[in-house]
Amino acid sequence: MIRRILPLVAGLLWASSAFAADYTLLNVSYDPTRELYADFNKAFVAAYSKETGKSVEIKQSHGGSGSQARAVIDGLQADVVTLALAYDIDAIAAKGLVAPEWQKRLSLNASPYTSTIVFLVRKGNPKAIKDWDDLIKPGVQVITPNPKTSGGARWNYLAAWGFAEKKFGSADKAKKFVADLFKNVPVLDTGARGSTVTFVERGVGDVLLAWENEAFLAQREFGKDKFEIVAPPLSILAEPPVAVVDKVADKKGTRAVAEAYLKHWYTKEGQEIAARNSYRPRDSEIAREYEKSFAKVELFTIDDVFGGWTKAQKDHFGEGGIFDQIYKN
Amino acid sequence: MSTQTSFVTPAARLQAYASTADLAVSPPSARKASDRVRQAAASRDLRSEPGPIRFIIIALALSFLTIFVVLPLVVVFASAFSKGINAYFAALAEPEALSAIKLTLLVAAISVSLNLVFGVIAAWAIAKFDFTGKTFLITLIDLPFSVSPVISGLVFVLLFGAQGYWGTWLQANNIHILFAVPGIALATIFVTFPFVARSLIPLMQEQGTQEEEAAISLGASGLQTFFRVTLPNIKWGLLYGVLLCNARAMGEFGAVSVVSGHIRGETNTMPLLVEILYNEYQFVASFAIASLLAMLALITLVVKTVLEQRLDEGQTPEGRSE
Repeated sequence: MIRRILPLVAGLLWASSAFAADYTLLNVSYDPTRELYADFNKAFVAAYSKETGKSVEIKQSHGGSGSQARAVIDGLQADVVTLALAYDIDAIAAKGLVAPEWQKRLSLNASPYTSTIVFLVRKGNPKAIKDWDDLIKPGVQVITPNPKTSGGARWNYLAAWGFAEKKFGSADKAKKFVADLFKNVPVLDTGARGSTVTFVERGVGDVLLAWENEAFLAQREFGKDKFEIVAPPLSILAEPPVAVVDKVADKKGTRAVAEAYLKHWYTKEGQEIAARNSYRPRDSEIAREYEKSFAKVELFTIDDVFGGWTKAQKDHFGEGGIFDQIYKN
Repeated sequence: MSTQTSFVTPAARLQAYASTADLAVSPPSARKASDRVRQAAASRDLRSEPGPIRFIIIALALSFLTIFVVLPLVVVFASAFSKGINAYFAALAEPEALSAIKLTLLVAAISVSLNLVFGVIAAWAIAKFDFTGKTFLITLIDLPFSVSPVISGLVFVLLFGAQGYWGTWLQANNIHILFAVPGIALATIFVTFPFVARSLIPLMQEQGTQEEEAAISLGASGLQTFFRVTLPNIKWGLLYGVLLCNARAMGEFGAVSVVSGHIRGETNTMPLLVEILYNEYQFVASFAIASLLAMLALITLVVKTVLEQRLDEGQTPEGRSE
């Protein structure tokens, strides 16, 4: 049987490798950007071949932001990383794969699109969830992934914390609030998409804390008659950053095309693609055009409230950090 | 999440356990004891139980089977065909699906052929010779059965990862093992390691060494003895082991997931693609791939049944002489 299969397999492999692009890029990204990059890659490939006459093939890998960073550190040959939060790229930079000043190399914190954290609730909003403090009411089941593994979950957690600190005025009260919130969480998935599937497909929970783009996508996929998006008055400005992985790009000789790829985000076309996929664009013109697609939310940044990612990571999500303390009880 | 993919593997694993138990070396005394039990049971045949009890037992068995085997299978196929036969085949013709099928076949071919060679050698050494450390070798062969697949995958990350023992050297020489086909093949070889050896050892032990001794005393060389005497005797058992090995190789999820890197159209095997498509709300495509794996399981079952019959025949003296 093997003797019969082997030539067949060899034939198939040969047939598929007959087509080869001038450049191949591997983009290692986080969970909910699958649809976004499917669109963006198509646009970039067309634009690049028009401009330079060269063909590019872009391969994608998606997963929880933290575990994707880990894979790149372990040797996954990513030319570019497009992760959920700066800390994960910092972790790659700490191993010398990315230059330390990576976040200064592209404008706007190297985050060409942004998002925020919103609530996805079931039709008619039966538990009347309007704002963050509704989440700690008894009997409300909240779905969020695990902040230890998921970038989106860390944004969820920090958004809740930022709200509580502003409303109640102290870090202690914020800690109590977040602890109460996690008491209402029945399951912690490892990635944002896993949580969405838990909430949407398996019907677990009353409210899903989600990336705004993820909430819109779920609504598009399953119909507005099933789910409603509730935007809280105050939330966090989530900045998913992008970077060229210097070590890999230099070795493969793909630096120029990798840089062109990331810069394409800052064009009108790139910004429009972000907006179409429910990521908040940075470009003011495109932002105005898509104004109605996004709820008005007051946004605070991680630098304002937490003093940047490195500090937030250490205080909250490190070994024995605040998340460990509250989740133990 | 692995509900769709776990179809093949745990079943295959169970079969492997069951079969090793079946074939397990049974010393004459034990066999006599089991005969006595069988005779005792025969005198109180189940068919002599009162009607209602018989009915309840049969109903229990059937409903158990329906819930745990038939129903999931039906769901897989129903979901796969829920948008019609065209959508089903369109999903399978997607470049990503084709690449996953290709990769799965390639990895299975590599790991099954290597494990075939290794398994036969190991079983031969263990069953036909006595040497110190034999029990230890058997334990080693069984190791992949008792280690969680995720750990099996992580071991390879520790060895071949950029931060691992050989990582720097591999990177410097531009050799890609992890997050590429070699890594996936290695992880698969590791988890499917015991199948061939395990299905051959009891069989070869039972057959003993007399025929080989006869061949050698008649002037045959070692290799001749192996190919003319040993191999024909174990062929059905060997096929059986290869079959189970193949089922597991194609269905493996955990270990492969750790070393794959999940590069679209490049390092995703079928079980990994099932999960990815499911998470992208592409349920038809997801279950279409899952249905291929389920079909593999069904084919494996049928072939396995046939092989088991051959094995039974082969073990009786009349069968062996033919």
